[in-house]
Amino acid sequence: MKKLINDPDAVVRDALGGVALAHPELRIDREHRLVIRGDAPVRGKVGLVSGGGSGHEPLHGGFVGPGMLDAACAGEVFTSPVPDQMQAATTAVDGGAGVVHIVKNYTGDVMNFEMAAEMAQAESGVEVAAVVIDDDVAVRDSLYTAGRRGVGLTVLVEKVAGAAAEAGRDLAAVVDVIKKVNGQGRSMGMALTSCTVPAAGKPTFDLPDNEMEIGIGIHGEPGRERVPLAPAREVAQMLVEPILEDYDFTGGDGVLCFVNGMGATPLIELYVMYAEVAALLDRAGITIARSLVGPYITSLDMAGCSVTLLKMDDDLLGLWDAPVATPGLRWGA
Amino acid sequence: MSEGLDVAAATAWLRRFADRIADEKGWLTELDSAIGDGDHGINMHRGMSAVAADLADQPADLATLFKRAGMKLVSSVGGASGPLYGTFFLRLATAAGDAASLDGAGLASTLRAGCDGVVARGKAELGEKTMLDALLPAADALEAAVADGKEPADALTAAAEAARAGRESTIPMQATKGRASYLGERSVGHLDPGAASATLLIETLADAVADES
Repeated sequence: MKKLINDPDAVVRDALGGVALAHPELRIDREHRLVIRGDAPVRGKVGLVSGGGSGHEPLHGGFVGPGMLDAACAGEVFTSPVPDQMQAATTAVDGGAGVVHIVKNYTGDVMNFEMAAEMAQAESGVEVAAVVIDDDVAVRDSLYTAGRRGVGLTVLVEKVAGAAAEAGRDLAAVVDVIKKVNGQGRSMGMALTSCTVPAAGKPTFDLPDNEMEIGIGIHGEPGRERVPLAPAREVAQMLVEPILEDYDFTGGDGVLCFVNGMGATPLIELYVMYAEVAALLDRAGITIARSLVGPYITSLDMAGCSVTLLKMDDDLLGLWDAPVATPGLRWGA
Repeated sequence: MSEGLDVAAATAWLRRFADRIADEKGWLTELDSAIGDGDHGINMHRGMSAVAADLADQPADLATLFKRAGMKLVSSVGGASGPLYGTFFLRLATAAGDAASLDGAGLASTLRAGCDGVVARGKAELGEKTMLDALLPAADALEAAVADGKEPADALTAAAEAARAGRESTIPMQATKGRASYLGERSVGHLDPGAASATLLIETLADAVADES
């Protein structure tokens, strides 16, 4: 294992130390492993809390700040945070207008956030609404699975919900926006390589040099099928086709097209992919209204990418364009 | 003290479970790498180390002991295992109530309560390739053995055997809960890591009661 770490068991702690020093505008709760907006709680504003296993940076801690999240809980690498953390985050950002938990659909995350909401409501009476994100079309049949995973769309949800909360919308309205985004957004990912959890010390799975994994999640959990390596043009098809089969993205005000890097794939390759994805969308009669290209929800040192499409409307365009000031996304502020 | 589970035996159980998890950490993680995300051994080891460290000042009653273990697991394991094992022990605490010691029937009803907690938290049932495939047969076997008039230690031996058989039964199963379910048919042919750690839980309970009583 070749990694820039001191101690495999101290990676999350050490990284949070770095975040604290690099971003003095944020508040770091080292005990609970939270990244909190510097001016939290913002009076009268709906608080937004997310969190999940570490290893997906900049998600979630890198998206804390005005216009996006109020707090993020960092779990161990690829392991959901625990209820104590989420409860502490909820209390820290409660400005009196309620708190939304943005939860990616993984069994552990859902259970821990459920316990946290029960605890927070019982102990401090803060109103908590949880919304589960499940945008991964690679998981086909939710009757026989834990349901679709929460992947790339989570980044877009956090941006749009953050703008809605910043604009003063109430708890129900913020939840509505998140549900709308989750309803009309879809993702699909692929991996060229596995990834190495520091505490495990070796790659989570073997992937031969001449093969790739289609339908990968963001935790190094194997995908749906393994196929021979192919040019970007064909890979784009393998990702875009299942997305378009699953939801009608034509019409409306176009789509937000998000090509995400899994951690070890350079930006130049992501732009090669973006060109192929854009060509496919053009052929399908879909207009790209906004784009996002880069590593925003990663899987440690995995090479690969994911494609996320979100069908836009006037409201979503306004919320996407609204100012944001976080370590990971920053414009207009 | 002759038969059953008192505070000393329950403390020994938690210590033994922590030790077995430490010994089998690599195996559990290997099982999880095949069909999950490769951290089950690491997470359970972190949680049970925290539980074991908390055993230094032994509480006076079973309920407090189990409650402390459950809260520690919830607050230190993360993932799905934290809430599931945490809920298991929290339900044991409620079921044990103010009992100083559990006899065979008490053990059977307490273990059943723990299993019910895991079912409720995980929204899973038998045959979905989860820890319940080891736990539920163990609870059934314990109840049956106690009803047959077996002593607690012997009844728990039967429960441990049932857990092992249940664990092995997960190999041909297709997972429908948890991360392994994303693999669909590719989850077939692998032992479920949750069923493996749950078997250690029942085996160490049987060992603790056999040796401490």
